[in-house]
Amino acid sequence: MSSVPSAQKAAPAKKNKIRLFGREYQTNEVLVSILFIVPTLAFMVFTFILPVIDVVELSFTNFNLKTRTLNYIKLDNYKYLLGEEDFWKSLLNTVKYSAMKLTLDTALALFLAVLLDKNIKGKKFFRSSFFAPVVVPMVASSLIWIWFYDPNVGPFNQILGWLGLPGSQWLYHESSALWSILLFSLWKGVGYNVILFLSGLQNIPDSYTEAAKLDGASEWKLFWKVKFPLLRPITSFVIMMGIINSFKVFAEFNVMTPDGGPLGSTKLIVSYIYELAFTNGRMGRACACALMLFALIFVLTQFQSLVGAHKTVDID
Amino acid sequence: MSKATKTKYAYNRHPATFILLLILSLAMIFPFVWMILSSFKTAADVYQYPPRWIPSVWNWKNYSRVFSMIPFLRYYWNSIYTTVVETALQIIISILAAYSLVHLRWPGQAFITALMRSTMFVPMVVTMIPMYLLCASLGLVDTYAGIILPQITTAFTTFLLMSYFASIPQDMIDAAKLDGCGPTGIMMRVVVPNTKGAIATATLFSFLGNWKSYTWPLIITSKTAYRTLPIGLKYLTQESSSEYQVMMAAAVMTILPVLIVFIFFEKQLVRSITLTGMKS
Repeated sequence: MSSVPSAQKAAPAKKNKIRLFGREYQTNEVLVSILFIVPTLAFMVFTFILPVIDVVELSFTNFNLKTRTLNYIKLDNYKYLLGEEDFWKSLLNTVKYSAMKLTLDTALALFLAVLLDKNIKGKKFFRSSFFAPVVVPMVASSLIWIWFYDPNVGPFNQILGWLGLPGSQWLYHESSALWSILLFSLWKGVGYNVILFLSGLQNIPDSYTEAAKLDGASEWKLFWKVKFPLLRPITSFVIMMGIINSFKVFAEFNVMTPDGGPLGSTKLIVSYIYELAFTNGRMGRACACALMLFALIFVLTQFQSLVGAHKTVDID
Repeated sequence: MSKATKTKYAYNRHPATFILLLILSLAMIFPFVWMILSSFKTAADVYQYPPRWIPSVWNWKNYSRVFSMIPFLRYYWNSIYTTVVETALQIIISILAAYSLVHLRWPGQAFITALMRSTMFVPMVVTMIPMYLLCASLGLVDTYAGIILPQITTAFTTFLLMSYFASIPQDMIDAAKLDGCGPTGIMMRVVVPNTKGAIATATLFSFLGNWKSYTWPLIITSKTAYRTLPIGLKYLTQESSSEYQVMMAAAVMTILPVLIVFIFFEKQLVRSITLTGMKS
């Protein structure tokens, strides 16, 4: 009985080999792998490879969803966008938002992680309270904040009043709308990076900090000279993801200010692309704009990884 | 006595830090408390000046108003259905891919891995227009397939699973091979059973990601019947003409289930976030 399966298993190991591209593989492993990777590959072709080729091609056309015209117009879409005030305004808004979000979010997350790294009672509760907004759905939680920001019946102006400060128009004035949404996204997102920084801090071996303490380093010095440099890989991951995520932000802006806010002050580049494509039907222009956004994100992340890598080498 | 207390209760050693964290975390929780309290307010409570924090009476009418104002159950069902199918497909496809990339040898592995990694760096906004046009030409606008299929991106879950699968000792796999297990048998009997917890975590992660998805469902649906919960709520803000108390009742019904899941699975979520950070 038992000799039959053992004969079966010994045979494929020796016999069923296949040479492909100068290397030897197990035939059954290759066949099974093809079967297993086909779904991944199929979805990659339809949700990534074809659309990426298509978006480049469409960006050189005047394809209009409403009139159904399609002609190749070379670089006209790019030229049009570069001469368009709305494009520059939405780009500027995006850069303003991203720069502030990146700085404040990273600094605040690091600060909170350092506080949580101390041996404090109720630590778990504190961490959960910072993390909870990350998990809850974006749209539902922005409904709460739309009310907070109501200049007349919202609690924010009431609280400012208690503190003797003048109220704000929040989402309803061009000078404050962008920053109001920024405040909301800080609340919504900071917990994610707190978790990352906290895990980094907790992974620092005690021997490092003990040694610095023996040398008489202050708490402040210990952080900047020992802990912060050791956090470098996480900091650079946080900044990288921050760039990508803040440049493509859309949902909270679309929910809190569906029309681009007062005087277009909260119209971001993705909102602009959305409007070009799905309100105006100008698919060609929208594709050109999406590619320019991608180029910008790409350049920034490449630059960041160069700078990040350079600094790591310095410290070692 | 005082010395003993000091060592026993750590917050005595960092009183300032404790108080600062307490204030900050109360501020983080405040929106949820406001949401729950306000979902019981009457219109008179809402438009009273100065704003009233505690409702004057506990009135449940706002909850029934949600159902009469918008097809809330339909939105809920649409969200559950699309999210479950997306998550199931993502996890199954990712398990197959991760297993063949980690534990099998075949030509083109490095190429596929690189291709998968590059998909993570191209945001949806770049691919969404051609994808919309493709779906429109296939008649997938306002269908479940149209909502689901383009959102099956598996790179993130595949990489997450790959890092877990790699931790299975080679000895275990060799032993299974000696017992006569083929590649499929090893996956089903060795790899998957030994990474059940990890697969559950990846599933949870992918579920939460799909549950909150916004841009694609917004583009691909035009009929009310196919709106998912986030899209339905977005239109509620425009259609409810700032009946804040009704918006809060809808928010409670959307957020509370997620908060409950969060309370039970926080540890797993934190661990997988940490893992993705470390991998970088």
